[in-house]
Parts: sequence; C-alpha cells; structure tokens
Amino acid sequence: MQVTSSIREPLVTGGKSYHDVTHDVSRHVEAKPNIRWFLAFLTSAGVLALGSIAVVATLWEGIGMWGLNKTVGWAWDITNFVWWVGIGHAGTLISAVLLLFRQKWRTSINRAAEAMTIFAVICAAMFPVLHMGRPWLGAYWALPLPNVFGSLWVNFNSPLLWDVFAISTYFSVSLVFWYIGLIPDFATIRDRATGLRKIIYGALSFGWDGAAKSWSRYESVSLILAGLATPLVLSVHTIVSFDFATSVIPGWHTTIFPPYFVAGAIFSGFAMVLSLMIVTRKVYSLEDYITIGHIELMNIVIIITGSIVGIAYITEFFMAWYSGVEAEQYAFINRATGPYWWAYWSMMTCNVISPQLFWFKKIRTSIVATFVLSIVVNIGMWFERFVIIVTSLHRDYLPSSWAMFYPTWADVGVYLFTFGLFFTLFFLFAKFFPVINMAEVKAVLKSSSEKVNK
Amino acid sequence: MERDTHFVTGVYEDEDVLLHAIKEVRSSGIKIHEVYSPYPVHGIDDYLGYKRSKLPIAAFLFGLLGTTLALTMQYYMMAFDWPMIIGGKDYGAFPDFIPVTFELTVLLASFGMVGVFMVSTDLKPWAQPRIFDLRITDDKHVMAIDIANNSAIELAKIEEILKSSGASEVNKKSFE
Repeated sequence: MQVTSSIREPLVTGGKSYHDVTHDVSRHVEAKPNIRWFLAFLTSAGVLALGSIAVVATLWEGIGMWGLNKTVGWAWDITNFVWWVGIGHAGTLISAVLLLFRQKWRTSINRAAEAMTIFAVICAAMFPVLHMGRPWLGAYWALPLPNVFGSLWVNFNSPLLWDVFAISTYFSVSLVFWYIGLIPDFATIRDRATGLRKIIYGALSFGWDGAAKSWSRYESVSLILAGLATPLVLSVHTIVSFDFATSVIPGWHTTIFPPYFVAGAIFSGFAMVLSLMIVTRKVYSLEDYITIGHIELMNIVIIITGSIVGIAYITEFFMAWYSGVEAEQYAFINRATGPYWWAYWSMMTCNVISPQLFWFKKIRTSIVATFVLSIVVNIGMWFERFVIIVTSLHRDYLPSSWAMFYPTWADVGVYLFTFGLFFTLFFLFAKFFPVINMAEVKAVLKSSSEKVNK
Repeated sequence: MERDTHFVTGVYEDEDVLLHAIKEVRSSGIKIHEVYSPYPVHGIDDYLGYKRSKLPIAAFLFGLLGTTLALTMQYYMMAFDWPMIIGGKDYGAFPDFIPVTFELTVLLASFGMVGVFMVSTDLKPWAQPRIFDLRITDDKHVMAIDIANNSAIELAKIEEILKSSGASEVNKKSFE
C-alpha cells in the first residue's frame, strides 16, 4: 500500500503496509527487553550512580568542590549547560519548523528527536540548579515569588532570569507537543494489548478514539503548537546567548551571538539526533523508516549550520580587529594562540573543517562516516562553549588576576551524571514508548492514489 | 446507556475509497455518526461537513492573556512595588521585559490551547472511549452509523449502501 512517486524517493522503503508500520514499531514496546538493552540500560544507570557521588558532594560541600577560581568563575557548569541546551534544539526544530515547511520526512524521526530534546533540557537544567549551591531555596532566586523581604522580586533586567523563563517554557511546551503526538500511538498499543499493559497504555492514551473530529482538532493543535514552538526554539538559544552578549567581557560582548548560537544549537542537535538514530535504527531494525535519505538530509542541515558557525567564528575575529578595542583584539588572539590554543583548534577542526566532508555524497550517505562525524561535531560544540567561556574569562582586564582553569573530579563527575541521566532516560523511552510516530508515518505512506505498491 | 444503542459500521481499507464512500453515504440521506481512522485523513472534514476548529482562537486569546499578565507583572514588580535602578535604566525598562513577555505569551497560548483541546475532545487518563473496532488504531477506517438516527431508512438498505460504497466489511456494534 505504498506510493512511489516518479520524481521523489519514497519516505518509507520496503513496501510497508499500514499494519506493518504498527507492527514494526509496537513490537519493541511489547517484547521482553533483550540482553543488549539490559546491558545498555545498566551501563547508563551505572554512570548515573557514579556521577551522583559528585552531585551529592557538590550539594554537601558546596560548589567549592568545582575547579572555579576568582578569575574563572564560570567554567564547566555553564559550558555543559549550553552544550546540553544546544543539543535540545534539534527535536523541536524537526517537529515544529519542518512541520511548518511541510517536510514530510520528519515524521519518522520527530518522536525520538523530541524525546532527546526533553532529556537534554533536563540534563541542561541540572547545572543552573546545582550551581545555586542550595537548590532547595532556588525557587526564590529564580521565580518571582512573594517573600519576607518586602517582597524583593527577581530582577527582570537580568538575562539569567530571562533564561529561567526561556528554558522552562521551552521544556514544558516541548513536553506537551511530544505528548500530544504520543496519544494516538499509545492508543494503538492499547488496542493491541491485554491485561495490565492495556490498562497502563489505556490511561496514557487518554481515551483516544481516532474520530475524524478528534483528528481534525489534533491537526489544528499540532499546527498551532508548531507555529508557537518555531519562534520559541529560536528564542531559547538567543536568550542563552544573551547571558554572554549582554555582559562587558571581551569575546562575549558581541551582537553576532544570537544567530551564531542558534545555528550552533541546530548543528549540535542534529549531530546528536544522528548519533542516537543510527544506533536505534540498527538495534530496532528500522532501516525502512529511517532511511539513508533521512541521514543524508540531516547531514545537509549539518553542513549548512556548520558553515554558518564557521563564518561566525571568522566574523568574530574580523569584528574584534575592526572594533579597534585592544581588550577585544587580545581576547581573540589569546583564544587562537594563548594557553588554550588546543581547545580553540579542536573546535575549529571539529566544527568547521570536518563537517565539510559531507559535501561528498559518498560520505554523507555512509552510515559509519556519519556516525563518526556526528560524534566529532558534538565534541567540537563542547569545545566551542569551553573556548567562549573559559578563554574569555581566564585573561581579563587585570593581568595580575590571570589564571587557568583546572576541572576537579567533581566537575567531571557532574558531567558524567548528566550523561548517565540522558542515556538512562533515552533507553527507558526506547523500551516503553513507540520510537517512531506511527500515525504520522501512516499519514505520509500514501500521498497519491494513482500508483500503489500493494 | 440503553442496551439497544446499535450502530452499523463499515470498514474501509483505503483513505480515498473512504472519502468517496462518505460522499455517497451522505448523498443517500444517511447521517454518519462519526468516521474513525488510524491517522489524520487529509480533507475528511470537508467531506463530513465539519466546521474548522476554533482552537486557533483559543490559542490567540490565551496568548493575549499571557502578554498582558507578563507585562503587568513585570511593571508592577520592577516599577511600582520595589523600584530599583539597574544598569542606569528606567524603572520600567520596557525592552528588558520583552523576553519574559514573549516566553509567557507562548507558554499560556500553548497550555491554554492544549487544555481546551483536552476538554473539547474529552481526553483524560480515566476516559473509557467507545471503540468500534480494535483495528481503527492499526490499519482500518471505520464509518459508524447510528441506527436510531436513521430510522427513516431500512437497516438492510444502509448495509447495502455501505457495501456498494466500497466497505470491505459491514458489522453491527452495540455498547453497554
């Protein structure tokens, strides 16, 4: 029952029928978890447990456990925060922006990408929460709550507060968007199940009946949510970049930051989606749904955003020179040739040079090459944030306070903790939730009735 | 619910056959209770004569509420309740209030619209939906016709029209 247009490659290969789609996706939810899943899950849960030692130490002793000093007052915590938030941009971009652009290939990857977004934002949120030192009082510092000091309100002129609103709005809207999409698929699993599973997925499906009226509203909601989430996704990393751009630190105080951060976020997000999807499609035999065509299209997005990021790096250098501000000029020379030259050149290699390999069709349609390069991009994007943050701070206006940053075991541990958290959540999702949006894949399976592969 | 709430259901395999069938069934004077599908069928609203959803209006109004609340809150807190000079700016530093205003607009618009959607579609964890056929969420489209609403037309006639419109199966269904 699949249509092959004479000009376009089919989105789903293998001549799948509607029932095949249901079966191929639901069977992973219905089957008993296999040994490979258990190993993967236990490994990530182990990393999570190991990392939580560092989290407990940070909460018990305070953030003195981290390698920060009076010059470098922001380092791995904010680097990791921005890195995770950036990764969390791909999901909503795929589900919202590509929905508005009517890019139907998004249907087989949007579910997992949105899940990844939600988990990445949870990981990101760990850092601002932990760096408060006493997170149990954090609500008073981050939210406009009445208090006994007057009330002394939070400062709405501060970009850090804008960030609180941006990240929490982004998280909650993405979560809702994701869940609305899951409702019809939970109903599919409910109708195939018996016993306890039927009760659980029945509750999760909110009594979805598949009526034309419900679908009409569902589509309306999806479209409006996409329309709202599109400016939202662009605003989130814009506001993250304001954390830096509204300051007066050389290397941060630039107007190029918002677009440059957004491009970088999409770049790293797509790389993480590719890393995860390449593994998922292999383990779950979903090669007919997540095709080489999907991988190629995502790689094209990576070339575009990677090139934008590259141009931004060069523009920053030009503007530092052109501004005539000595401190600004020194900050950039120091990035490329100072004690952190290795971080700068790792960033340049991983983000600007290596993604250009995707211009070769052979490379962008190769699964192994894509997987390796997607990891390289994520390493590069971590270094980008590290370079922006640490190299700008470590040699500021007062040469007498110049210093280096050395991470402690607690810095490494908290970062590991978020990795454990991310993969634990992702493996739970991959086991208990349908990893592909079945209803939306079915909707694009047949877009014309003339040529049907029975 | 009475025991004798009976429905006749026509099971369709293909969305285009279904759309033609809706047209045929409606033109023969039969009132369709509802059509159930595993995925959103493009253009089915027009065939069934459904009006466009008013959810976008709900989203707009909730968004407007979000904008108003956000600006009111920020002006009240920063310019009236505890005014402070920050960075040499006005107490009511309008440009600085835009990011939070934007976020709260999006937040209220999304949650408000989704809330209306949940209520209007009766989506809730404890809902007990009427499921006409378990295959609706898999690969079949089902057209349900309430016999009580079509008492003017003979049952056999309805079944015949469903069959001739391309239904692969015609079944009866009743709910407790």
